[in-house]
Order: sequence, then structure tokens, then C-alpha cells
Amino acid sequence: MSEPLAWLIIGLPVAAFLLNGTVIRAWLGSQTLVAGWLTIAAVAGSFVLSVLALTDVANNGETLYETHEWISIVGLELTFGIMLDQLTAIMLVVVSGVSLLVQFYSQQYMHGDRSYTRYYSFMALFTASMLGLVTSRNIIQLFVFWELVGVSSYLLIGFWMERPSAAAAAKKAFLMTRFGDFGFLLGILYLFFVNQDTPGDLLDIPTLYEVIGAGGIAASVATWIALGLFMGAVGKSAQFPLHTWLPDAMEGPTSVSALIHSATMVTAGVFLVARFFPLFEASNVSDLVALIGAFTAVFAASMGLVAKDIKRVLAYSTVSQLGYMVMALGIGAYAPAIFHLFTHAFFKAGLFLGAGSVHHASGTFNMTYMGGLRKNMKWTYWTMVIGSLSLAGLFPLSGFWSKDEILTVAFERGSDDGLAVGWIVLVAGLLAALMTAFYMFRAIFMTFHGEYKGGAEAEAEDARKNNLPEPVGLGHTHRQESPWVMVAPLVILAALAIGVGFLVNPLPDVGPIKKHAFATFVTVRNDNVFVYEGGHGKDEAHDDEADTHADERQLPDAIHAGAEPEFSIPIATISSVLAAGGILLAYAMYISGVISPAAMGRRFSAIYTVLFRKYYFDELYEGEITIKAFYGRVAKFLAWFDITWIDNVNVQLSKLTGNFGRGLANVQNGQTQAYAAVMAIGFVIVLFAFLVWGS
Amino acid sequence: MTLENVLLVSGIIFAIGLYGVLSRRSAIALLMSLELLFNAVVIAAVAFSRFTPPAGLADGGVVTANEVRAALTGHVFAVFVIAVAAAESALALALIFALYRAKQTVEITDVSEMSK
Repeated sequence: MSEPLAWLIIGLPVAAFLLNGTVIRAWLGSQTLVAGWLTIAAVAGSFVLSVLALTDVANNGETLYETHEWISIVGLELTFGIMLDQLTAIMLVVVSGVSLLVQFYSQQYMHGDRSYTRYYSFMALFTASMLGLVTSRNIIQLFVFWELVGVSSYLLIGFWMERPSAAAAAKKAFLMTRFGDFGFLLGILYLFFVNQDTPGDLLDIPTLYEVIGAGGIAASVATWIALGLFMGAVGKSAQFPLHTWLPDAMEGPTSVSALIHSATMVTAGVFLVARFFPLFEASNVSDLVALIGAFTAVFAASMGLVAKDIKRVLAYSTVSQLGYMVMALGIGAYAPAIFHLFTHAFFKAGLFLGAGSVHHASGTFNMTYMGGLRKNMKWTYWTMVIGSLSLAGLFPLSGFWSKDEILTVAFERGSDDGLAVGWIVLVAGLLAALMTAFYMFRAIFMTFHGEYKGGAEAEAEDARKNNLPEPVGLGHTHRQESPWVMVAPLVILAALAIGVGFLVNPLPDVGPIKKHAFATFVTVRNDNVFVYEGGHGKDEAHDDEADTHADERQLPDAIHAGAEPEFSIPIATISSVLAAGGILLAYAMYISGVISPAAMGRRFSAIYTVLFRKYYFDELYEGEITIKAFYGRVAKFLAWFDITWIDNVNVQLSKLTGNFGRGLANVQNGQTQAYAAVMAIGFVIVLFAFLVWGS
Repeated sequence: MTLENVLLVSGIIFAIGLYGVLSRRSAIALLMSLELLFNAVVIAAVAFSRFTPPAGLADGGVVTANEVRAALTGHVFAVFVIAVAAAESALALALIFALYRAKQTVEITDVSEMSK
């Protein structure tokens, strides 16, 4: 694949963004359908090129395009370029593929919105930023795209900025991720300073891999850099304790949420850790990464148990699943983490688009006003059931395979390597699996089964009765299946949710797909990231003989990266039983009525309240930290300091000079002779001084 | 007649002039005092020129053009100062006329607009 084509992957959506934002919006109006088609065409172009890139990488190995000079001044040499390795190729296909389906779906979903053109131009920018992020070969370049992802997500979450809640959610998302970005930037700065004492350009990612492979970076140095990068990942991927922005990001259009939660934005954090995986391996933060991920997986899932908004349930499941990926990376399971990212992108995008379809029919996202929609919307129902089964991790859907890989590696870490963190991750993973199955099927049952409870109109009516403000964003109830433009992406994503899981193939070779096909692709064949003992693989990887044996190569580092965990029947059984148990429990509570949810809520009212109030994290961050601690103390102190010192010093200083000036002004009395007298006296003094001290 | 004596005269005239500038209220008297200052300076310039000739002029050798020029500097200065002083007096008298037309006074203490 030639370099201009590789640049075109990013260039097409950028062009769509610019055209939509300038020419089309100005000339064809803010509601023109041309905007949608333009973005769809551009993303489709990117998708085709991404598939070409993937096949190119699969056949010929990774390509590192040449670097170009970006900034060159004394002491600073910055380059940029494209890096097309296995990880990038997979991300490219996922991002452009999911984005394409979402754009297609949005045509109907956003139809009639008064800022249709703006929507499509931002969506193009969002896709372009994410594509740029995954192809960057320089860390500064990566950071630029990272921030662009942040900006475009801000614009899209706050898309309906006339709603105060949307504006607040956008601000929250931006500020929370900024916290993480601050750490990321510190990590880059530290890397930059290390770079000055190390031969080779460490800012260039492939060079960084080589230097780390050769042991050129001390563990202590790597630890600090990795810590900074991980902070960025925590912010972007909504890990604890910076998780609160993601559930609020629901305020954007549902199609935006689908994109944020599946392919772009939140996966950027996981991608970042994966991209700098060798650095993390060389550092001591891996356990921290695993523990944060494991905690987030359980913590977020528990909040999903009681949420009433279907999008919120999905949002918590995203946070929880991202925790899965992060903990997998933390225990060194590189391939399973990427695989989970890959499968998750499809079924989560499908679930979100399904939620949008449900909103289309019922006019609300509040599940307590839904019910019985199964009869009216068969396609949405079945695609969402497939997505939920996949998310719950039931055989043989894709979520089962990817989750199982992670749990198996965790088990190996615990039992074979005797690491406590392995057991912790395993237990957290199983617990999260149980809760995920429960809350997803709770959502399915509440939405699609039972009696219809009135939709948007009923919700508005209840709000009036209780003297509450009318909920924003309500539509109209018309219980019908959504148009085919919305259903088609759902079907495709559901098909992918079933299909892509087989790529991992932990059992014996099946037809063209070899055993461990996916893992082999991302690790064993990735000589760039996984340098193995006995020389660098790059030289031999490109001759044919080495390529044919690539699958059989037993590479220590690659295996360490969880490339080939043997399929473990006990683990798979336990996780499946737990998932099935969760579904049964949901069935018992919401369909057969054996256990009454209301009674459960009363009996465990303390726990219920804590969960429903999201562990009071919003209250902690906004009430305690921002308002009480920050406004109350820090801001008050700063205000006092400002008034009594900064301002007062200025006031006093100006008073002093004012008085001095008024005093001096008396000298200027307009009497010419007085001036002359002063001049004469001055002259005499100078003369006298010259005579006394002169020469 | 020595340099010191002439300079003494010059100094006395300068002091008288300065006293006049600082004490007289009439602009005309002020102008006259200024003339005294000018003339004190002219006397001093001529005296220096007259009593301190360049060394080359008195050693009996060939007189060069530069030596003549150096010897005449003070005198030339004096001519210039007198010319400038005359021009200035004309200008100052015109100003005094203008002042009188505007304010019907030539008392310098009555014009203190500069302080405002």
C-alpha cells in the first residue's frame, strides 16, 4: 500500500469535515442530505482503504512509512508519519467500519434535525481524529489526534447545546478527560527529557520499541512515563476514578454514543496502553493497571444493575468492559485485550444503535416506561438480544471467546505464575460477568417484554403529576419497527457479533482460520512490538520461508503477551454458568415475578440507593471537591489573597505614585522665572560638583 | 590686561544678567537681561580666543591655515552669537507684542497658563 493511499484514510473524512463545515453548510443549508451522503462516502472510502491496509499487513507484515520533518529547531526535532502495524490495521477496520454503519444509521436517526449538516461534519472530524490517532507513528502526533478526539467528542456530546444538561455533560467529559491528558502530557515531557540523553529518537514509536527491546530504558524511567500515559488512558477510557463523564455523555445523540462507546474515543485509552505495551511491560505499573481495570469492571457493572435509563445501562457496561480490557493489558494479555476491544466494538455499537431504535419507537430512554416492544419491533429485539448475549459472554457469541481468553490468561497468571493479581483479575472478571448478564437482560426484559407502559407520553404525564420538570429529549410514541436504514446496520452488527468471535479460534484449525489466528496475527507476527530472543525478527520475517513458519514460532515474549492461552474448559464453564445465572435471575425478577424487584429494592434499600446514586461520586466530585473544597476553601483563599495582596498592592502603589505626582505637580507653577531659577541653581550645583570631584 | 580680568568682567555681566532674568517682572527687562547673558558669553569667547593662541602660531615657524583657523574660532563664535541674539531679540519682541495684544500686559507673572 503506497503512502498517499495510507494518508487518504485520514484525508477523506477530513475533507468531508471541511467541505461540510464550510462550503455545504453555507450553500446548501444546515439540513441538506448532501452532508450525510458526503460523510458516508468519505468514511466508506476510508473503510475500503482500511480493509486494503489490513490485507496488506496480513500478507506482507507491518509497514513503517518514512518519517517527515515536522518541526526542526535547535534541540527539537519532531517528525511525523504513518505506522501501519497489526494493531493499527485492526483498529482502522474497526473504527472506519463501525463509523460507516453509524453514519448510515444516522441518516434516519438525525433526519429533520435542524443541525443535520453540523452533525455530519463533526462526525467526519471525530472519525478522522480517531483514524489519525491509530496511525500515528510519533507520540506527539498521537497526542495531537488524541486531543482532536477529545474536542470532537466535546462537540458531539454537546451537540444539542440548547439543553443545559447536554452542555454540562460535554463540559464534564472534556474536563474529566483533561485530567488524564495532563498526566499523558507529563509522560510525554518526561520521555522528551529522557530522549535528550539517549541515542535515537524515542518520540518515534518504532524507535522506542527498538530501544526498549534492547534494554535502553531503565525500569524506573519507564515506570514514570507509563504512569503518565496510563493516566491519559484512565481519563479517555473512563476508568475509575475518572469514570463519571461517560454515563453523562448520553446527552449527545444516540448514534454519537454508539460511536463513542464502541470504536472511537473510549477505546483510545486502551489503544494507548496497547500501543506502548512494551513500555508498560518494561515498567512496574502493570499491576496497578490490572487492579484499576479489575476494580472498574466490577464497580461500573454494579451501578448498571439499578440504572433506569437504557443508555445509562449500556454506558456502565462500556465502562465495565473497558475495565476488562485494561485489566487484561495489566496482566500482560495483549492479544486477548485487543480481541475484546475488537468484539466489543461491534456488539456495543449494535446495542447502542438498538437503543436509538427503541427511542425511535417509544420516544423515551427510560425503561420503566417501555415494555412489550418485542411485538412491534422484531428486528431490533433480536439484534439486541444477540448483542446482549454476546456482551454477557454466552457460547458461541463473540463476547464469550474474548472474555474467556482474558479469564484464561488471568487464571494462568494466578495458578502457573503464582501472582495474586491474576486471581484478583479472575475473580473480578467472573463477578463482572455475572452482573453484566443480569443487567443486560434486565434491560432487555424491561424494554421488550411485559406490558407496554406508555412511552414518552406517560413519562411526561408522570412528571406533570409529580410537579417535576418535563424530561428533556422526549420524542413521540409510535410503536413501529424503525426504517430499514436504521435496521440494516443493526443486523450487520449483530451478524458481526456472532461471527468475529471465531477469529480467535482457541480450538484446532478450522478451514482457513488457523488455531489462535487473531492472537498470532497481533502478536507472533508483530515483530515490531514483540522482539524475541535470538535476534530481531525483522530481517527474516520478510523472506518466504520464515513467513510460512510464522505460525509455529514459539516466541517467548509473544506467549508472555497472552498470545496463545489454551482453551480452558473449567474457566469457560464457570463463566458461562455465571452468565446464565445472571440471565435467569433477571428472568425471575422481571418476567416470572418469582422475586419482586420492588421488594428487593426495599429490603436492600441502602445498597440500592448507593448504587442508584452512583456511589455518590458525582456528589463527591461536584459537591465535596468542586464546591466545598475548591470553591469553599481554595477559591476563597485565592480570592482573599487576590484582594488583600495582589489588588491591594496595586492600589497602594498607584496611590503612592499619585500622591507623589500631585506633590511634584506643585513645582510646575507656570512661572517662567521659577523654572529659570531652578535651572540656574541646578547649573551651579553641577558646576560645583564638577569643580570638587571633576577630573 | 590679562585673561583673568576679562573673565571677571564677563562673570560680573553674566551675574547681573542672571539676576535680571530671575527678578524682573517685565518681559522687556527680561529680554534686556538675556542680552547681558549673551554678551557675557561673547566676551568670554573672545577673551579665550585672544589670550590662548595655538602653540604653532607663536613659535616663529611657518603659519599654517589650520593654525589660523584655530586662532579665529572664538571670534567667529562671537559673530555667530551676536547674529543669533539679534534674531532672537526680534523674535522675542514680536512675541511680547503678541502677548500684549492678547492680554494687555507684559508682566511675565501674569502669564502662567503652562501650569494648567
